This record gives sequence, structure tokens and C-alpha cells, in this order.
Amino acid sequence: MNADELIERAAEMAELAESGANRATSVAQLGEIERDVVRGSLSDIKKHIKDVDGSDKARVGQALSAAEARAKAALEVRRIDLESEARAATVEAERLDLTALGTGYGVGHLHPVTQVWRELEDIFCGLGYEVFYGPEAEDDWHNFEALNFPPGHPARAMQDTLYLELGDAEQVLLRTHTSPCQIRLLETQAPPIYAVMPGRTFRRDTMDARHSPVFHQIEALVVDRDITMGDLMGTIDVFFRALFGDSIDARFLPSYFPFTEPSAELGVSCPFCDRSGCRTCSNTGWIELGGCGMVDPNVFTAVDLDPEEWSGFAFGFGIDRIPLLRNEIDTLHTLLWDNDVRFLSQF
Amino acid sequence: MRAPLSWIQDFTPLTADPTEIADALNQLGLEVDDIDQPGKEINGVIAARILNVVPHPDADKIRLADIDFGDGQLRVVCGAPNIEAGMVVPFAQVGAVLPGDFRITKRKIRGVVSEGMLCSSKELGLGDDHSGILCLPDHAELGRDVREILGLDDTVFELSITPNRPDAMGITGVARDLAAHFGLPFSIPTAPPGIVGERIDDVSVVIDAPDQCPRFVARATAVTLGPSPQWLQRRLTLAGMRPISNVVDVTNYILLERCRPLHAFDLGRLAGRGIIVRRAVDGESITTLDGVVRSLLATDLLVCDALGAPQAIAGIMGGRDSEVDDTTTEVLIESAYFEPSGVAKTSKRLGLRSEASARFERGIDPNGTAEGADAAVALLAQVAGGVAHGTTIDIYPSPVARPRITVRTARVNSILGTDLDAATVRSLIEPLGIMPEGNGDTFTAECPTWRPDVVREIDVIEEVARRHGLNNIRRTVASAPAGTVGRLTAQQRDRRKAADVLVGAGLSEAITLPLVSNNDLERVGAAVDAVVRVSNPLRAEESVLRTSMRPGLLAAVARNAARGNADVALFEQGTVFMPPLEKSLLPHEKTFIAGVRSGMRRESPRRSDRIADVGDAIDDVRAVANTLRLASFEIVASQINGWHPGRCATVLVDGQTVGAVGEFDRAVCDAFGIASTVVGFEIDLDALISARRLDNRFRSVSVYPPANIDLAFVVEQTVSAADIAATLRRVGGELLESIRLFDSFRSEQLGADKVSLAFALRFRAVDRTLTEAEIAELHAACIASVQESHPAVLR
Repeated sequence: MNADELIERAAEMAELAESGANRATSVAQLGEIERDVVRGSLSDIKKHIKDVDGSDKARVGQALSAAEARAKAALEVRRIDLESEARAATVEAERLDLTALGTGYGVGHLHPVTQVWRELEDIFCGLGYEVFYGPEAEDDWHNFEALNFPPGHPARAMQDTLYLELGDAEQVLLRTHTSPCQIRLLETQAPPIYAVMPGRTFRRDTMDARHSPVFHQIEALVVDRDITMGDLMGTIDVFFRALFGDSIDARFLPSYFPFTEPSAELGVSCPFCDRSGCRTCSNTGWIELGGCGMVDPNVFTAVDLDPEEWSGFAFGFGIDRIPLLRNEIDTLHTLLWDNDVRFLSQF
Repeated sequence: MRAPLSWIQDFTPLTADPTEIADALNQLGLEVDDIDQPGKEINGVIAARILNVVPHPDADKIRLADIDFGDGQLRVVCGAPNIEAGMVVPFAQVGAVLPGDFRITKRKIRGVVSEGMLCSSKELGLGDDHSGILCLPDHAELGRDVREILGLDDTVFELSITPNRPDAMGITGVARDLAAHFGLPFSIPTAPPGIVGERIDDVSVVIDAPDQCPRFVARATAVTLGPSPQWLQRRLTLAGMRPISNVVDVTNYILLERCRPLHAFDLGRLAGRGIIVRRAVDGESITTLDGVVRSLLATDLLVCDALGAPQAIAGIMGGRDSEVDDTTTEVLIESAYFEPSGVAKTSKRLGLRSEASARFERGIDPNGTAEGADAAVALLAQVAGGVAHGTTIDIYPSPVARPRITVRTARVNSILGTDLDAATVRSLIEPLGIMPEGNGDTFTAECPTWRPDVVREIDVIEEVARRHGLNNIRRTVASAPAGTVGRLTAQQRDRRKAADVLVGAGLSEAITLPLVSNNDLERVGAAVDAVVRVSNPLRAEESVLRTSMRPGLLAAVARNAARGNADVALFEQGTVFMPPLEKSLLPHEKTFIAGVRSGMRRESPRRSDRIADVGDAIDDVRAVANTLRLASFEIVASQINGWHPGRCATVLVDGQTVGAVGEFDRAVCDAFGIASTVVGFEIDLDALISARRLDNRFRSVSVYPPANIDLAFVVEQTVSAADIAATLRRVGGELLESIRLFDSFRSEQLGADKVSLAFALRFRAVDRTLTEAEIAELHAACIASVQESHPAVLR
């Protein structure tokens, strides 16, 4: 074949590869075309270059390269198309209804009381307080006497007590408040003390919507030099804002607890109506939460601390009250002891 | 304590409006529970006189009354039987409103128009008496609002008085605080002497127990029994007491007004015309005013007649034998001071509380005793024709002095965080009757004996705080000293971790009652001999401290199942109570963590749900152990009461038993009424937390390729997978990176008592690629060791 024939043949082969590539429906077919045309026919043509005139060699060579490039390009373009079609088909075949999957592997729930309990601990840790748990069964000394409730004291009658069949009659009891933890701390640690004491407490009460024989309280105690009633009230402000939000105010009304003096009832401005009056605060704008006061000198004396050297404050309130208010839970009995999984899984 | 405003105004000229007063009372620590305005619902009812009563033309039981209401005359229809000409009665005009929002309109009754209505007590909301029209005083001004005539325009403050303030259990105490707050004068008018007769006292009083009765005042007076006048009855009613007779009402009046409990004995029925105050004899008894026979102990104090027969339980309640009644002509008024704790003890033991005992046990003023008796005598002269005997008997061997306290102004300020000067401090306490002496920064204050709660400097400081106003103290913040880190202890953090990992595993936290019954513990197979019992339980179901949380959790499963919640996964973390350890008085408390699963474990839609089984419970326990990184943790099959004998294991940590895991025995589930299978665990969490932890030093991670070898053995079913794994671990040594049991099954081909266990072992060296020869050697050694050490063959 002469040079022109070879050039024409190369062009034909390139066209053949192009049309074949366009018709191909699989990468395998492209492989066949590559084998037959690029490595077959075009290679054959290359073998004939040596037979043409020297002056035409370059021309034929160029034509051959161009033809080979055209064929390869056509095959490559088609290969990309075919691969993306194949990928699309695979994707379509693998498509899943994600709403029918991932329905959750059923993580459990912490009890709402525990959630609040932890939140309270964390706030106090943030204020630099330690967290202390005392025993739930106590002796008369820690629960009453060291807290300035001498035997026969009328304030004892305010706390219906469950006694245990241990020791002498009415010597061992289930703690009626978390305050005995104050005594335990003061007996074992030298001041300064900055501590918070959450715990379970007991009263001789029948379970109903608002009462429970077992409930939860938290108590804070600070003993240091020069602690004042102003410190008590300011600290409570800071704490309640952390718990309920920045717009909260704390209110203090004089009251009586044997182990603090001066003593006060502790209320917060209603976080639900911003003090304008609602059902939760019985339209008063305030919610009574607990009690507080300056540690009574008799308590310091009971634990061998000098009340002239040390002063301190304590405050406490019911933990259960917080989820009852926050989550608008109707009764204490729903919150505690019922343990219906439909209730627990709401929190 | 109910304090009518008009009564408070007897002692101080208070003009503030009721909300302002209520706010002041709260600021003073006399908490207002309620503000009662009894006449609030009566509107437009005025006094009218009946001029004339004529029969209704068309009805027998209804009559027509012509009335004069001051500004005019009208005719009303009335069905009450008691009306007659001349009576002054409450007349509800057309447009008036009665309690219950009952509006009066002009209406025709059997053809006759009624221009309003005459009212009974009940219609005015004053009581239950509906037998007739209420009769107003004869002199009542016609046309005047009945609220004024009946004293219903009053405001009553219902107060919660804290136990430290017995003085505020009397109107005078409340008035004194209010007068101080509003800067008003305060005084208790001295009682007029009353009418004192010729008679010289022939009455005797002997105190045999001066420790329990430091003072006894007696005055005798002749009386004429009858009802009290309206004003007195009204005040008692407003204050929440029922009027009985003039004599009894007077004693109650003085009690309410001055926190001064009195008792009136019928002197004619006091044998020997005298009193002996003595302790009771064990087994002695008395019939009290309420008709109950009370049996007494030697610690109880009695007020007896001169012959020693009990006539009252001192400070608590009088006896029936000397009760004042219609026949009484002469009474002995007792005004005594009984020691508070004795009254409290007897009252508590007898379960008998009275207005008197509530005050005595908090401590009344020993020094106002004679004045109280005098006030009663004066009032009896006014309302019961009282003519008193000439002398007062007052036995008071050791008068109680007013405490004198040193008050340091600097101390006041350092406790309160205030900056008050001494003069201000003095001016705050003086209106309360706490009398300062001297002008210095440190001064003496003489405290009144009606305030038993003010005997120390700190008590005076509290009074300063109350008067200054707590909400006027500048608020500051006490910060923990610099360098103090506030954080949970390691134990507290670990308790949280244990709970969190179970929540992640799908269990929800329950809180069950720590008070259980014997039966509860028996039902789960727990011992009932080593338990701590409550000595005064309210219910048998809450009479024992739990030694296990299983009863509570199983009850929760049962309750859920009964409500159709069949799929339950719960855990609880809490205290259990064991009997005291040696030399200890208190129960031995431990923190346990326990879990239960019952019903289906819900899987995703493409995998089928399955019943929660004992393996899930074991996984739960392992999750806790793993999250705590325990160094030694084993689960060893064993038989434990209350658990399925073939599906229960002991949990061991460092070789010590710390709990159990398994399937609950069918009998246990049946006892709780649970039909489905329940699996669970209970472990001593504190024991886990204090156990040895895995060494937390870094171990390098090999970058060389692993050699994976799967080995399946057919073993006798008595052999546990854990034993085979232990052998493989021993052989694999340091080169064994991990081992996992990936298959376990039984089949007929294997034989009835055989089980196939397949392990995936991964070997890898930290510093090189293992050679084929090394791997082959390990492979062979593993097979050989298992086959040698156990009844097992390679499959």
C-alpha cells in the first residue's frame, strides 16, 4: 500500500473505533475494540511504514498517530460514560428507604430526679464546692441533737420520724433531712468547708399526690471566717440563677430552724410567669423552695468549733420539687416509685 | 393561728390595708397562709325592723312581712317560722348578693311580689342554722350594713407560727411585732379590777412538783353561767373557736389574746376547795373533758383537788369531774406556768393536743401569769356577773429573771453583713420589748420572758435581722478559697459512669422505695433474718429496709406489665441496708446497682425482634465492668436462691463475690405476677469501684500484619467457654492480640451433651511480622493445649 492508502486506512480505522465505541454497551466491548483496532489494525498499518518512500514516512507516521489518538480518545470518553452509567445503576440498585432503617437502638433514660440531682451537683462544683453523701440511716445525735434539737424539742414534732429497731428506743432513725451531713462533715473536716450534700430523706408519711415517705433533698454548707447573712443570700441568688435563669430573684422571709440563726424561708421568683402570677406559684409570683440560715453557735459547739472564730451558712431544699415544677409533673407519686417506662422515657 | 385585724387594733392603732399588713407579717416571719374576709361575699344586706306580719293569701306556711329599713318601708315574702313584729333582721335588698354569688331580684311568690329577702345565718354564710331568720341586736341601726353590725367587715390573718414564737400564738404578740414594724405605739391595757366581793379566799393551793410547775396562780369568783355576749362570741368565732358558755369563752378569749392558757374549775366540785399539783402515780387515770379515760404515768403532771383526786392533766386538758356546766356558781381560775418538755412528753404520749398544750410546750411567759388571771376575772365581771374573791393565790417560789445579754454591735454586723450603728441596733430591738441599757457599741439587753427564744446574743441578732428586713441586707457571694477545686470524687464519678453505660445499653433508671416488707424479700429469695426493721412503720409494706433492689425492680416490671408495657429494661442505683457491722450502731449501707430486662428487645425492621435473655443481662454487667476498667472480673456459674438454677452466675471481682447475674427463678416471677421471663443482675457497686483497675500505662500498637486463626472445638457441655478461652490466652501469651468467641451451638450431629465453641484469635507481634513457621507453631500449640487440658476436640 502506498502512503495515501495507508493514511486513508488509518483514518478509516479511527472512524471504526469511534463508531464502535459509541455503540459499545460495556467496558468489555471497549476492550475488544481497543484490541482489534488500536493494537490490531493500526499496529498492522505501522508495520507498512517501512515500505513507503522516505519522504512520505513522516506524513504517514503523523496520520497514524492522529488516528490512534482519535481512537483512544473515543474509547476513553465512552469508558467514562459507561462507568458512570454503571455506577448510577448500582446506586439505584442499592438505594434504601432510610426511614425504614435507623429506628434507634433504644438508649435508656436517666431518671428525672437523677438528672436534676446531677445538675445541682455540677452547679455547686462550678462554685468550688465539694459533694458529700452521708448515711441514710442516722443516729439521734447527728439528725437531731447536734443540730440543736434537744430531746423533747417542739421542732422534733414537725418531722415525723421513722425509727429503726437498733440500739436504744428512738436512737437510730432514717434521716429526716440531709442536715446531719453537716455534722458529719464538721466532725471529720477542718474548716474552711464549702460543700453540697444531696441525698435521700425519710418521713413517716403516707404516699399521696404531695407526700412520700421517701424523698430527696440537697443541702449546702459553708463554714469559713467572716461568713455573713449577706453571703448566704448572694450565694443563693447566684445558685438559683444558674439553675433557673438570669432573671430569677431569691426572696427571704424570717423563719425558724433549730440549727440556723437567723433563719429564713427561701423562695424564688416564679420562673414560669416571671412573677406575674400563674397556677404554679398560686398567683403569688413566688415559689417557696426551702430553708436557710446562719449556722447556729450551738451547732459549732456540738462539733467543738469556736463560734467566735468560725461562722457559716446552710441552705437546703427538696430536689423532687424541681422536676415537678419544671416538667409540670402532676404528682409526687408519678415522679417517684411508679417507674412506668412510658414516664421514664419522656426525660 | 387566726388573728382578726380588729382584735389586733385593740393594742395598736394600725391603719394599713390588709395586703400591706400581710406583707409586713411575712417580712416579720409570721407567715400568712391566708387572708380571710368573712363578709366579702355579702353585699347589700342591711338591718331592717319587722313592723307587721300578715298571712299570705294563697299559702299556709308563707307569710308577708312589712319592714322598715331606715330609708323606707317595703313588703317581703318570708317562709321562716320565727318572724314577728319588732324583730330586727338582715334584709337583702333587690340587687343584693349573698354568698355563692346568689343575686336577689324582685320576684313573685304565689302571686305576691317580694321586694327582697330576709336572711338566715346560713344564707349569710355564717353557719349551718337555717331554722329561722337571723335575729340582729335590738338596738341595731336600721339601714346599716349587716357586715358592720355582725363584725363581718373584719379581716382575719391566718398565720403559721414557727415553734420558737409562742408569744405570737396570742393576738398581743402579733400586735407587738406589727406595731414595731409600722412604728406605732403598743400597749396592753391593764385589766380593770373587776368586781371584787367581800369574800376572803378560803381556797388552798399546794405544789408538790415545783420543777414541773414553777408557778401557779389561782383566783376564785362567783359567776352566773350563760351565753357570752355577741361581740365575744364573734371574736372567738373569727379566731376559729366555738363559743360554749361565758366562763369557758372567757378562758379561751384570754388564751387567744395573750397566749395565756387558763382553766376554769367548778369550785363547788373541787373537793376540799383546793388544788394539789402533783405527779401522777403509774396506772392512775382521769376522764378528760372529751369523755376519754386517760391512763397516766408517773412522769405526767396532774392538777388535783385538795383530796388528791385528779381534776386536770396539767397544761393539756381538764377533767370531767370539775367541768363547768349550767349548775356552776363559783369557779376557780387556774393561771399556771408548766414546764414545756413535760407537757410535750405527756401530750405526745397521750396523742392529746389542745390549744393550751400547744402553747405550754413551746413556753409561755411565766411572768404574765397573775395578769392573765386578773384579766379573766375582770372579763368575767363584765360578761358572767362575776364577783371575785378578795385575794389572789400566787405560788412562785423561784421567779424567772429576765435574761440580760451582752450585745456587740460589731458581732451583729459581722453575722449579718450589715453596717448598722449601735443606736440603730438598739432602736430596732426596743419596740420588741428587748430593753437595751447603756450607749456603747457593746451594751446589755434585758430580754422579755415572753420571748423564750431570745436568750443569747445570736437570738438578739436574729431580731435585728427581722426588724431591719432580710431583703434590705446587701447580698454578697461567698467563694470557695482560691486554689480550691470543686469536683466530684472519683467514686462519685464512677457511680455516674456506671449509670451512664447502662443508659447507653438501653436501660432506663428506676427509683424504687427502699422500704420493703419481709414478704418482698422472701419472694425474691433474699434472707429475712439479717435485716434492719423500722420500729414504727405506717404500713407493713414499708417496715423493713431493703437488702436488695430486686423486689422493687420486679414490682416495677409487674406494674408495667399490668399496664401493657411488656418490654421493660430498668436499672436502679441506690442504697441497701445490712445489719450493723461489729461495734457499729448504724446499718451497714452499700450502694448497689441492679438491672432487669423483660419482654422483647426491639431490633431494626430488617432484623427480627428477640426475647431479652440471660446473655443480655451478662452484657449489661460486663458493660459496667468494662467502663470501670476492672482488672479482674469473672462470671462463674453457680446456684443462688431466687435465680434459675441453670442460668445464674456469681460475679467475682478480684476473686470476691460482688453480686449475681442470671434469669429470675420462675417461682419468683410468679410471686410477683409476672408471666414472662425476667433476666437481671444485682451487684455491689462500691465493691466494683474500689476494686483493682486495669493498668493504664500505654501499650504500643503494632503496625505489622496480623495472623488470624479461627479454631472450633467440640467440647463436653460441662466445659465453660471461659475455661477454653483462658487456656488459649495462656498459650497465646503476648502475641495473642485478641480473642473472641464468635459461635456457639449444639446439634444432633455433635451429640446431646456436646457443644461447639468457635474462637477467632488474632496474633500479632509489636516489633515484626510473624513468620509462617511461628504462626503454624502457635496454631498447633493452641489446639494441643485445649485438647490436653479439656475434654475437647478440634472440629
